[in-house]
Amino acid sequence: MKIVVCVKAIPDPEIAASIFRVDEAAKRMVPLPGTRSVMSPFDEQALELALRIRDALGEGSITLLTLGAETTRSIVKHGLSLGADDALMLVDPVFDDGDSYTTARALAAAIQRMGGVDLILTGRQAADGDCGVVGCGIAELLGLPAVTFAMDIVVTDGMLVIERALGEGSEIIEAPMPAVVTVSHEVGKVRYASLRETMKAARKPVTAWSAEQLGLDASELGTRGARRVLERLYVPVNDVQCEYMVGETPEELAGNLVERLHAARLI
Amino acid sequence: MKNASNLFVVAEVVDGHPVGLCHEMLGLARALADRSGGTVHAGVLGSGLGGAGEDLIAHGADTVRVIDAPIFAQYQADAWLPDLHAMIGQVRPDAVMIGHTPLGADLAPRLAFRLGTNVATGCNHVRVEGGKLLLTRPCYGGKAEEVVSMLSSPALFTVKPKCFQPCPKQDNRGGELVRMDSILDPASVRTKVREVRRDASDGARLESARIVVAGGGGMKGVRGFELAGRLADALGGAVGASRVACDLGWCPPSRQVGLSGKTVAPELYIAIGISGAAQHVAGCANAKTIVAINTDPDAPIFRYSKYGIVGDCHQLMPALIDKIEALRK
Ligand SMILES: Cc1cc2nc3c(=O)[nH]c(=O)nc-3n(C[C@H](O)[C@H](O)[C@H](O)COP(=O)(O)OP(=O)(O)OC[C@H]3O[C@@H](n4cnc5c(N)ncnc54)[C@H](O)[C@@H]3O)c2cc1C
Ligand SMILES: Nc1ncnc2c1ncn2[C@@H]1O[C@H](COP(=O)(O)O)[C@@H](O)[C@H]1O
Repeated sequence: MKIVVCVKAIPDPEIAASIFRVDEAAKRMVPLPGTRSVMSPFDEQALELALRIRDALGEGSITLLTLGAETTRSIVKHGLSLGADDALMLVDPVFDDGDSYTTARALAAAIQRMGGVDLILTGRQAADGDCGVVGCGIAELLGLPAVTFAMDIVVTDGMLVIERALGEGSEIIEAPMPAVVTVSHEVGKVRYASLRETMKAARKPVTAWSAEQLGLDASELGTRGARRVLERLYVPVNDVQCEYMVGETPEELAGNLVERLHAARLI
Repeated sequence: MKNASNLFVVAEVVDGHPVGLCHEMLGLARALADRSGGTVHAGVLGSGLGGAGEDLIAHGADTVRVIDAPIFAQYQADAWLPDLHAMIGQVRPDAVMIGHTPLGADLAPRLAFRLGTNVATGCNHVRVEGGKLLLTRPCYGGKAEEVVSMLSSPALFTVKPKCFQPCPKQDNRGGELVRMDSILDPASVRTKVREVRRDASDGARLESARIVVAGGGGMKGVRGFELAGRLADALGGAVGASRVACDLGWCPPSRQVGLSGKTVAPELYIAIGISGAAQHVAGCANAKTIVAINTDPDAPIFRYSKYGIVGDCHQLMPALIDKIEALRK
């Protein structure tokens, strides 16, 4: 079974809001000095599901697929040390400043070129833009079924049995292969890199393709192919003033809060 | 995409009734259409739809296309797409809006790519300026917001819950109800829903509760949530949680508030032992009043809170329950 996991390098999503900055003129986030890109957390969970499938089947290959600048190499290394078999990087300046549409297009073209792929996994959304579009986009472009928000996947008799997280529980969905599945955090804990895989990682094949090698025209990619225009990027202002309750004991503090809330007719 | 006079709202129905978010979307669509003299269209697929079409008209739709067929009993993108695609072809809207729910987040990107366009997901603000439809959406886990526009038509976007005012219901509002037959070839549906597992814990009430008591890592375990539950009961509210608390199994996942959980907008949100990470606040920022209880005076949650207590929640929760019960007497 051949699995492709789409992974994106993003700025650490857990940095505190108090130190988060954007350059409004350039419409970009300002990277914090000394920080590195990380693999988007849901993509890490997608990779975890791929590894669990391979463990359960006792066979199969896992290819990491990423579109981005050369800086994405660190997340590729990370993915290989977690157990992926090889990686394909799409690196070309013409990919720059695209949107979900152009990204899905390039990834779909790469998957088609690879050939023989049974399962394509993506994160439910990349934790920088929080769009949640590329996975389903790949499915539509390749004419494949898609299942979103997977928390578990079991492969039986050449079929995918997917548990999909819903707001109020989950549903069990059957899908044929090939298919695209987007993965949610309900997958649970992801594994750590093992020493064995980390040692092997340096020797695992990493290929890079340009737009031309993908057979795509520059007009379909990056800024030129994008359908979405970024008009503004900013940090919203938040002007709530907190009134801290005073009191010597928990009872006094609680009493003061209840009094405030009662006076404000909130309770 | 140059204007937004003709709008198409994809309605989501649960047990034959349009969900609350449909009414919020119709409120937004109405406001946009009324400014430009345009039309609000809605489309709904389902099985046993009853008065869903009439309900959408009463809430602001001018025309509603309804397909009521057993195959639509359970949502699946493969089944929904052909008929929606056809409806959009008939209506030729400038913009299509879909609720940002597990259904909408699954459907919208598929529909967008089928139409050859992109989609802006989770929009919390929409306006027309200089003939351009401007879509505002949170990004970077809620730490930033972006405003985007679309070059391709129709412009698709999904709408975050609790961000737009519904129109008041008008039972005598005029509108056209078109009942249609499905064009779906059932053989084209490649996926199959084998089973639906409902969470026992009635998380739906969380989204409509007037008061939410939410617990996080500071709850320290299930015991903390028992206290939070008692506090919520005393207040007549519902219990919510941070992702950390859900991931640790202290609380069912249906209680998770935030970017990858539920969006709530109660009158009162009491965040207890929750640090206030952007991804959590993304789900409760529209609460009228936030109260924070945290041992760390520098916890980010205080920056969003009107009232705060710096202290240990395990001592404060019993004290709060006592005071509230005393108040009730
Ligand atoms: C892509 C992505 C999506 C995410 N989606 C969500 C989401 O939907 N919802 C969500 O909640 N998170 C989400 N997160 C996680 C989020 O970034 C935070 O990690 C999480 O919200 C932290 O939860 P917490 O504040 O409960 O826990 P912690 O960070 O562990 O904080 C615990 C807090 O409790 C306080 N505390 C400790 N002991 C006590 C005590 N005795 N009394 C009072 N206070 C005490 C501490 O001071 C601290 O502030 C997401 C993250 C990512 C990257
Ligand atoms: N540049 C990229 N390279 C590889 N995968 C990507 C890229 N952008 C998005 N993806 C995949 O698509 C998912 C959804 O992304 P998005 O639609 O941008 O939120 C991500 O979780 C990744 O799995």
